[in-house]
Amino acid sequence: MTETMHSDDRANAAAVLSVRDLVVEIPTRAGTLRPTDGVSYDIRAGEILGVVGESGAGKSMTGNAVIGLLDPPARIAGGEIRLNGERIDNIPRDRLRRLRGDRIGMIFQDPLTSLNPLLTIGEQLTETILEHLPVSQSEALERAVAALEEVGIPAARARINSYPHEFSGGMRQRVVIALALCAEPDLVIADEPTTALDVSVQAQIIALLKRLCRERGVAVMLVTHDMGVIAEAADRVAVMYAGRLVELGPVREVLTRARHPYTAGLMASTPLASLGHARLKQIPGAMPRLNALPAGCPFHPRCERAGERCRENPPPTLAACEGRAACWFPLTPETEESAA
Amino acid sequence: MLAYVLRRVFQSALVLLIVGLVAFAMFRFVGDPIDNMLGQERTQADVERLRTELGLDQPFPVQYWRFLEQAVQGNFGLSYRQGRPVSEILVERLPATLELAFVSGLFALAFGIGLGIFTAIRKRGFAANAIMTLSLIGVSLPTFLIGILLIYVFAVELGWLPSFGRGEVVAIGGWTTGFLTESGIKALILPAFTLGLYQMTLIMRLVRTEMLEVLRQDYIRFARARGLRERAINFRHALKNTMVPVITITGLQLGSIIAFAIITETVFQWPGVGLLFINAIQFVDIPVMAAYLMMISVMFVGINLIVDLLYFAIDPRLRVDRSAGKVT
Ligand SMILES: Nc1ncnc2c1ncn2[C@@H]1O[C@H](COP(=O)(O)OP(=O)(O)OP(=O)(O)O)[C@@H](O)[C@H]1O
Ligand code: SF4
Ligand SMILES: [Mg+2]
Repeated sequence: MTETMHSDDRANAAAVLSVRDLVVEIPTRAGTLRPTDGVSYDIRAGEILGVVGESGAGKSMTGNAVIGLLDPPARIAGGEIRLNGERIDNIPRDRLRRLRGDRIGMIFQDPLTSLNPLLTIGEQLTETILEHLPVSQSEALERAVAALEEVGIPAARARINSYPHEFSGGMRQRVVIALALCAEPDLVIADEPTTALDVSVQAQIIALLKRLCRERGVAVMLVTHDMGVIAEAADRVAVMYAGRLVELGPVREVLTRARHPYTAGLMASTPLASLGHARLKQIPGAMPRLNALPAGCPFHPRCERAGERCRENPPPTLAACEGRAACWFPLTPETEESAA
Repeated sequence: MLAYVLRRVFQSALVLLIVGLVAFAMFRFVGDPIDNMLGQERTQADVERLRTELGLDQPFPVQYWRFLEQAVQGNFGLSYRQGRPVSEILVERLPATLELAFVSGLFALAFGIGLGIFTAIRKRGFAANAIMTLSLIGVSLPTFLIGILLIYVFAVELGWLPSFGRGEVVAIGGWTTGFLTESGIKALILPAFTLGLYQMTLIMRLVRTEMLEVLRQDYIRFARARGLRERAINFRHALKNTMVPVITITGLQLGSIIAFAIITETVFQWPGVGLLFINAIQFVDIPVMAAYLMMISVMFVGINLIVDLLYFAIDPRLRVDRSAGKVT
């Protein structure tokens, strides 16, 4: 493969994670589905990229593809994933396994089911540390205690031999975070880390993630449905629709001045005090199923701005057009004003 | 925990009392023990004397109480057929059955768990599918048919293994063992395989189902996401969780091996308590039948109890720990 130096390759030098034109395919009897279709994005050290989109948009699929945990028959069918500049989408299984936990950590949605109920949290921490770091058993135990202290478990040393059921949901999610971070990864994928938690605990967990990200310079991919979480924690936001990345930009920009009609609709339907919306507006219709995607732009049946071109040709991907929104007729500051 | 144990012990005692009642009712109402024990030439005086001797003139509850009293001490009276104490006969026959049950239980457990794990981990492989298909045959063929087939192949056609009996046994104290002679061990193979096969397939299918279920759990995904090796995931994370439900059922299966032994012992003329029971039925030897029933139920209930307690040992969620409250 010949590699020429593109202008954005230099900008990517600092990116911890770099995804280019990623395609995930699921072969089914009714044809091949593409839950992730031509997605490109970067996450830099110490940066939190929020990923939003309605259920089934392909957020988890994209995260799972990055960490190499796609459930067969789903598979990566195209594109590249680079971690610190090194390709990880085509490396042998065992090398990928060693990257997981070591260079890439993952946090799941439900802390009640993420921990093995029959092993103490100390056992689960030390097995992870011993797998990835060249340390002795006693050193691993010390690191385990330190990891628990860092995520704010009180009396960590005394609780190291406790079983998961002896902790509350919020504390368990802290343990899960400690597990994801105990081998000091460069990248953390958090797939709806607060969805299963009490509202009162959600803010604490997000604050913890944010602190760890800043202090350690970890790159974080934060998948969530919660625009409040995005506004609070993310530096940039990626919006997904039907497997495609439709908008990507700085959080303030995207939340307040959406360019893609879908993002605008999503914001209008989200109760978010800081955005000061008077009333909520639902986007008409529903996201099409992957086996029944319309031709052209997949959003066109629901889009107010759709024109002839939208029904015939899909808009270029973000990477291809180097723009912020994958749309033939994006909202621009001018159109916003004229609409107002 | 203590309350739970006490409750289980109480339940067990209740079950045994009921089985005892059945056994006793057999004594009292099936056949006439006097008929069985005295020959044709008997006088009315003989009958009366024996009736008093056996306590058959007492009211029913008194008889039941005395029966229980005796049973607890292992005393089930004299065998109608052999005229010897039933307990003596049982003790003589028990080693044969226990050794057979032990070997087939071990076989069923080892291969059942091993193959169950294998077929779960390699669920799409050719070997796993072949094993699953074979196991279906194993479950659907009746035990006696398998026994007869094995005898035909290995004893009649090939002549490698004996078709009946225990071979030479060695007496150690009151225990006769077949483990110490070559012919004893050879004689064990076919009956143990026959007896254990059904349990093995059951355990295997159970372990496979449970393991597949566990492998779908979030904590397995999370273990993968932490970069643990497949070996650690399968054996450390998945197997332990698989064992919680498997232990209960497996325990019961092992208990039923001793009961199922009746058929195998009959097919192979294995001189254990199962064969003794079958012979006792033919001769309406009620004391032997009653004692066998009681013995089997004590074993069943005992195994059940142990299994429940094991459950506690393996699953920390069931251990009530008052000293540590939840941290919020
Ligand atoms: N085995 C499969 N066969 C067919 N379609 C599948 C399969 N697995 C996932 N999908 C589809 O892939 C799409 C992407 O799913 P994904 O889990 O990534 O969505 P998501 O954005 O994470 O949604 P959520 O917010 O509900 O978690 C969904 O439309 C789903 O229906
Ligand atoms: S491309 Fe057309 S249909 Fe698609 S979002 Fe933009 S305007 Fe709407
Ligand atoms: Mg998801």
